[in-house]
Amino acid sequence: MPQKLLVLRHCGVIDPQDIDSYLASGGFEALRRVHSGMTPAEVVDEVKRSGLRGRGGGGFPTGLKWEETAQSPSETKYIICNASEGEVGAFKDRYILERDPFSLIEGMAIAGYAVGAHHAHVYLRSEYAYLVPLLMNAIAQVERKGLLRVAGYPFGIELRLGTGGYVCGEETAMMESLEGRRGEPRVRPPFPPSQGLLGLPTLINNVETLMNVPWIVANGADRFCGVGTRESKGTKVFCVSGDVDRPGVYELEMGSSLRELVEELAVAKDIKFIQVGGASGRIVPAEKMDPSLSYENVLGPGPVIVFDKTRDVVDIMCRTMEFFAEESCGKCAPCREGTQAMLETLARIADGKGVRKDLKSLEELSRAMMLTSSCGLGQAAPFPVVDSLRYFGDEYEAHISA
Amino acid sequence: MASRTNDAKAEKNLLVLLERVRDVYGYLPDQALTGLAEQFGLPVVDVYAAATFYRCLSMRPLGRHVIKVCKSVPCYLKNNRPVIDAIVKELGVGPGQTTRDGLFSLEMVNCIGACDKAPAMMIDDAVFGDLMPEGVPGILARYR
Repeated sequence: MPQKLLVLRHCGVIDPQDIDSYLASGGFEALRRVHSGMTPAEVVDEVKRSGLRGRGGGGFPTGLKWEETAQSPSETKYIICNASEGEVGAFKDRYILERDPFSLIEGMAIAGYAVGAHHAHVYLRSEYAYLVPLLMNAIAQVERKGLLRVAGYPFGIELRLGTGGYVCGEETAMMESLEGRRGEPRVRPPFPPSQGLLGLPTLINNVETLMNVPWIVANGADRFCGVGTRESKGTKVFCVSGDVDRPGVYELEMGSSLRELVEELAVAKDIKFIQVGGASGRIVPAEKMDPSLSYENVLGPGPVIVFDKTRDVVDIMCRTMEFFAEESCGKCAPCREGTQAMLETLARIADGKGVRKDLKSLEELSRAMMLTSSCGLGQAAPFPVVDSLRYFGDEYEAHISA
Repeated sequence: MASRTNDAKAEKNLLVLLERVRDVYGYLPDQALTGLAEQFGLPVVDVYAAATFYRCLSMRPLGRHVIKVCKSVPCYLKNNRPVIDAIVKELGVGPGQTTRDGLFSLEMVNCIGACDKAPAMMIDDAVFGDLMPEGVPGILARYR
């Protein structure tokens, strides 16, 4: 199955330290087009018509977010690029930023023009601190070319390095962190397009989402709509890890086969199951690998972790829940207490000390957490447990009766 | 690293100032928390609450170099256990501890975004991937 390089088209082609190489490969054509004759409303409309949806896992229609932010009356608005990438198995944004910081800057500048924002923040996870010089150099080069302007005013891009924490990838927690407080999610509504950073209208998009924008503007929404499926337009960048011979980053047209991604591109053998979407991702057993990768089926923010037949599902779930128990911010009880209780139960089962009613309590806890947790962390933490109980219930039973 | 942000307004941001204290001392001394509380007109508990939320801010002194070994599932699948054992053996201290000479602190952390080169670790801001137990002494020697 061939890859379809749309977001990654400049990666490995241009020199990430040299804006001239980006310009030579067609860079900033989209921004020039925007500046020479498109109204902000026309840009928003183009993104809306493209059907682009958020690539950070949420899948919210990007054009609607842009429209809401554009229509929020305020002189000052913000853009935040979510480069927090804290999901287990996620490294695609790192890969992109290392190789093509310019497309992201171009995407942010187009977004700024469309929604009427003159300030952008890139919230970069602390583990990517080594990318700061590269990104600052890229921003400075774009500024020197006079390209960072929105409606005649300078468009400022500020880099902020996260201080650690999975939950800071949640957009309202990220804003709390940017404002200098504990990174705990806010109660929504209000949503960021009406009241975001410092209470002002804020557009928050993932790195990959913004990287799609220059292509859409340069090539038109109609061409973008021709790629992908009915509900999932364009491509998706996946990062494959685990029991594969070729871990790495692959970009595929939406609707591509999960089986082909892991078996043909990443070269996995003897697959037992795959987790699509990171620690909070869904579990896909080997015999159900044929559904396509799309919002309609299974997608997530990019991580695809492959487990071969030697792996013990309870052991893996135990390690996964340890991650959530450590990363829960502690603000709401269902997540704080639920992840801890699940971890204890899973550890007991893995240890051979589980009892039958533990399985029932895992199911009950899962339901309560999914229903009542205040943000995506606690709502999604039980997904792999629920899925693994469903597909590998006999393995849990074996641990208990052993 | 000289500068971790190009944000001119960062002076007014508590978290940015906590990071600067960390960059100078390697951790957050109590006096720094009370000083910042006064500067911001906040109760000390608010400063403490922000400081203790973030794993990159330490409340106790750390070694000159901080080793963060990834313990998440992708690194586990690529057999990180012998690598961790080799690091512990080479340092003579376990996770959460600092070597007696104050050179290294060892921490076990969640996914660092280097799963394509698992097993992986960071020393300060640098990433080391595709680790083998035999390679550990050589990597640590560069920091000695």
